[in-house]
Amino acid sequence: MVIRVENLGKKYALHHQPPQRYRALRDSISQRAKATARLLNPFTLAAQLQRAQRQANREQQAAIEEFWALKDVNFEIQRGERVGIIGRNGGGKSTLLKILSRIVEPTTGRVEIRGRVASLLEVGTGFHPELSGRENIYLNGAILGMSRREIQLKFDEIVAFAEMEQFLDTPVKHYSSGMYVRLAFAVAAHLEPEILVVDEVLAVGDAVFQERCIGKMWTAAENDGKTILVVSHSIAIIQSICNRILLCQQGRVQWHHEVAAGIAAYQQSCSLGPGNRKPSPPRAAAAAQSTAIRSLWLEDRDGRPAERFAIGDPMLVRLELSLASTPGSRQRLIPGFGITDAAGQRLATLNGFLLKPIRSGPADPEIMTAKLWIESLPLVPGIYCLDISLADSPTSMLAVFPDSIRFRIDESDYYQSGFLPGHGQGPLLIRAQLSLA
Amino acid sequence: MTLHDPRALPLAARPDLWRPGRDPARQWLVIEPNRSQSHYWRELWCYRELFAILAWRDIAVRYKQTCIGVAWALIRPLLTMVVFTVIFGKLAKLPSDGNAPYAVLVFAGMLPWQFFSTALSSCAESLIANSNLLTKIYFPRIIIPAASIITSAVDFGFSLLILAALMLWYHWWPSWRLLSLPLWIGIAVAASIGTGLWLASLNVQYRDFRYVVPFLLQLGLYVSPVGFSSAIVPTHWQLLFSLNPMVAVIEGFRWAILGRGAYSPGPGFWLSMLVVGLLLYSGVRRFRRVELQLADVI
Repeated sequence: MVIRVENLGKKYALHHQPPQRYRALRDSISQRAKATARLLNPFTLAAQLQRAQRQANREQQAAIEEFWALKDVNFEIQRGERVGIIGRNGGGKSTLLKILSRIVEPTTGRVEIRGRVASLLEVGTGFHPELSGRENIYLNGAILGMSRREIQLKFDEIVAFAEMEQFLDTPVKHYSSGMYVRLAFAVAAHLEPEILVVDEVLAVGDAVFQERCIGKMWTAAENDGKTILVVSHSIAIIQSICNRILLCQQGRVQWHHEVAAGIAAYQQSCSLGPGNRKPSPPRAAAAAQSTAIRSLWLEDRDGRPAERFAIGDPMLVRLELSLASTPGSRQRLIPGFGITDAAGQRLATLNGFLLKPIRSGPADPEIMTAKLWIESLPLVPGIYCLDISLADSPTSMLAVFPDSIRFRIDESDYYQSGFLPGHGQGPLLIRAQLSLA
Repeated sequence: MTLHDPRALPLAARPDLWRPGRDPARQWLVIEPNRSQSHYWRELWCYRELFAILAWRDIAVRYKQTCIGVAWALIRPLLTMVVFTVIFGKLAKLPSDGNAPYAVLVFAGMLPWQFFSTALSSCAESLIANSNLLTKIYFPRIIIPAASIITSAVDFGFSLLILAALMLWYHWWPSWRLLSLPLWIGIAVAASIGTGLWLASLNVQYRDFRYVVPFLLQLGLYVSPVGFSSAIVPTHWQLLFSLNPMVAVIEGFRWAILGRGAYSPGPGFWLSMLVVGLLLYSGVRRFRRVELQLADVI
């Protein structure tokens, strides 16, 4: 056993009065002065004094609300287990990781850890833009807990892995964001702790490189019996790396020995309205075994394979599913496509029930070929996932392939105004005209 | 990479890389609320490489960003020295210590003061400036303010060179007392860390404290014997004056450099030492209390 968690809890006090997380000295002083002034008022008698005191206490209590980010958490992790931590936002995943990596202190309970822990809560922690790539490798390595000798020994390997020999002495501020992430990942992928704690960071960078990083971490874990804890919204990543699931819901955790069961429980917790109907697990499992994605790629307007699109660009999704022994009538099988953002939120669903499919030829009993032409992608810049599903009726899905392929939306002048739609302006880009008089 | 490549071996199989200090692989690490760490200082020692690399980062960035980085470290004390010499020595006609040139007297006071003030202001800002590290990675937090002092120490080194040049210019030959300089530097470092930790933790708790720091430093410049000799302070004020920890440090520097300072290790000196000791002790204590909640507050 390498990690034992007992009755772990973390309480946060939410301050309502000042919206900032930190206090200002003047606030503290003026609050105290106000309370004192109330007490020193010559017209207040003893009773009023007490009332004033009570009033002050009540004000203070109203200003602070308790919030348990984690409560009564108990689990044990054995050596070599690869645990996926999933759950909806605010479920306590990040708090749990931060406690395990000793960044924040728990409020109650106890954690025992055996072995060197490396936590990767962010890619490129501590990278300094003014320093060169070479210098940043040393800096980042040291911050992640590698010794200087260790970095020296692995230096060439890291550089080769990042594929950026010629930019080693360029300050990182001149790097493209892709290069930056690659270098940061390369350092992280060469960590050799007994316990690796990873948060969401795998969701950035280009897909091919990402694959290599995950592959490297995974083989390292397999070979040396390393313990890995991964927080991710991506079911695909969790499925490919993990063999245990820790489901965080409203500060409580559920331990699942079976990945499939854990993911099913997670999806159950995600489905809220009647519109989001999950297939019953046994049926889906049977179909999922016999159905597979033969090929899947995205094309731009010129018919070239692409994974980066500008806002408002058209996109063609080409999908081939092999249906060797999928149950149900071949004619009634209908594919579905879901666009999900990096945080796991479904943004759009396009399927053969909503769209009336055009049959371009006789149906092949073994292979289904689907082309989905999306006229415009009115999505804000970011990384998006495409979920693929197969159904034989609008309410029952046979197989789901979450996060099957990813694409990226780059900034562009969508409204042709010279201004770029930015983050924090909402996820919808609505075509509109504005007249002014 | 083949299987025979030594680099392919896991770290635990490489005794040359396996550091017992940093690798508590065979012992249990316990995380509990308000757990005062018994291994605090030993753990700090294990993180010495991180300390070194963070200090190096601060220095590298400082001298990369400003093309006149090194020159700046030289110009600042030089100009201040000239102004102070003209105002206090020539205009106000304050007496020097013995027959020491007034410029050397000012510079000997300037050296520790400038170190102290730059160290304090960078210490006070250090936690906020590195909040991205503090919220993403664990390490003994005290490394951050401590490493930020190193940049000031490098500037201090450059200033020492100017002092040497100045002494050559005035043909001022130091006595054996110069050998005591490391002691005074040590006291200056202790005073800076003690006060710096106080300011750093206050700065995290009360974010508007940063406006207080420059004011405190400005005030400190006038109540420290930087531009003048302590000898001109009336005797009955001397003890109160010594409450300022930098008084002992500055006068110590003068004693070491000018030979015969206005200074004798009397009660004033010991009072200053006591204040430095108290500052260091309480600063570390306070910081250790604050660092437990650091990631939640910052």
